[in-house]
Amino acid sequence: MSAVVDWIVAPLQFEFMVRALLAAVVAGLVGAVLSCWLTLIGWSLLGDAVSHAVLPGVVLSYIVGIPFGVGAFVFGAGAVGAIGVVRRTSRVKEDAAIGVVFTGLFALGIVLVSRTPSDTDLFHILFGNLLGVSTADLVQIGALGAVVLLVVGLKHRDLTLFAFDRVHSHAVGISPRRTEVLLLGLLALSVVTALQAVGVVLVVAMLIIPGATAYLLTDRMERMLLYASGTSVLTSVLGTYLSFHVDLATGGTIVVCQALAFVAVYLLAPRHGLLGRRLTRRRARQAA
Amino acid sequence: MTAGDQPVLRIRDLSVRYGEVLALDGVDLDLSAGTLGALLGVNGSGKSTLFNAVMGLVRPQQGEVRVLDGPSDRARRAGRIAYMPQVSAVDWTFPVLVRDVVTMGRYGRMGFRRRASRADRAAVDEALERVDLADLADRQIGALSGGQRQRVFLARALAQQASLLLLDEPFAGVDARSQATISSLLRELRTEGATLLVATHDLAGVGRLCDRAVLLQQRVLAAGPPEEVLTPEVLSRVFGFVTDETRSA
Repeated sequence: MSAVVDWIVAPLQFEFMVRALLAAVVAGLVGAVLSCWLTLIGWSLLGDAVSHAVLPGVVLSYIVGIPFGVGAFVFGAGAVGAIGVVRRTSRVKEDAAIGVVFTGLFALGIVLVSRTPSDTDLFHILFGNLLGVSTADLVQIGALGAVVLLVVGLKHRDLTLFAFDRVHSHAVGISPRRTEVLLLGLLALSVVTALQAVGVVLVVAMLIIPGATAYLLTDRMERMLLYASGTSVLTSVLGTYLSFHVDLATGGTIVVCQALAFVAVYLLAPRHGLLGRRLTRRRARQAA
Repeated sequence: MTAGDQPVLRIRDLSVRYGEVLALDGVDLDLSAGTLGALLGVNGSGKSTLFNAVMGLVRPQQGEVRVLDGPSDRARRAGRIAYMPQVSAVDWTFPVLVRDVVTMGRYGRMGFRRRASRADRAAVDEALERVDLADLADRQIGALSGGQRQRVFLARALAQQASLLLLDEPFAGVDARSQATISSLLRELRTEGATLLVATHDLAGVGRLCDRAVLLQQRVLAAGPPEEVLTPEVLSRVFGFVTDETRSA
């Protein structure tokens, strides 16, 4: 018993671990909340695109010496805008527009990094540096996370209406276009929030896996948000501890934990899991 | 026509074009208050396009749509137009309950956070009662039969308390009991003064239900009381025309 307590408590004597765990909780929570709407709408690929497209923004922020979140948000929002422009003003379909914009911007980021003096940071930017989160980073993550959660708390019904039935939203005079812009803004902010934890390449995992996991567990939106947040925060904290104790890459460990949680739910969920569906079918056959 | 007799829905010379395809061609249509109209036509005849034009979802090439004696956009923003989608257009795996969907009918009247007031909840309960779904209010929408699914969205339109209701194929995939419930509700709504337009490609039963029938095939082929429109001559002309089209395709 004391070994377990020790496993949990001992790392807390290091301030960098406390900061890492706090950042993991905020990133996990924000990513989880957004992931519910992203997976229901089918915007997973868009989440992937935005997270890759922020790379040049992050690099430029380091060069100029401003908070990385500013540059990341500008490029994230810019990528969303560019995808929309390409799709609307050419015959290129949306998935191709997304592919062109995000790979183009990601490549621009790589080129910029190669011309930056301290190119050791590339690994941290791409794969996260949770154990190296500074107090200033933590303040930034906390503030952005608070903004996202506040807006979601106020407008979650509009987001769900948009995800479920845009035509009805239009019919009752709630502009779906405006809700879409709001959600895209929240997406960009969430990417920036989770960036520090798992890095550019893996951010999208935080924005998809918790929602996909929770969707297999419930038929109610409120519970979906709750389950997504629960699994996401738990796996983020667990991943951070594991990476500390076993000396693993933190971002990667967190995402592996989330993926394992998804696999467990995919197999074992009572109603929408593989096993649950088999049992229901067998019971139906026996009853017949 | 007196001032009080202004039609609730007034469409004049409406044409909609999707690229090369002319989906609607100079459509005129009037529906006065307390009318139950049927919009009849085969698939691809422009019924959905006409609804989309009334809802402001497509921009007409020419012509205009007026609702309640004003631009249709104004009526829509005021929540006066309710739209009941085809069941095939709904994501039935979405994690919402029957009550949640019906409550969405009230969103246009709610404040910034869309929190339901006591009046909103009362309207939702009443709508659920009227479509006979009060017992199933806490079911996820995918756990319903075809007829029950249609009634959820009818309840949402009721909760919205709109003046003009557009219903897209409300009898598709329903059993006899739901068909009876929906039909009698549509008649009640008409009696209460609402204006309804029901799009369907199913001619059976519509004649008994509606006061006005409009036959659409890009243009209005016939419009008037159902006994005049749904005559064997007119129908054979429409469906003969359609059959020839199908044969040549």
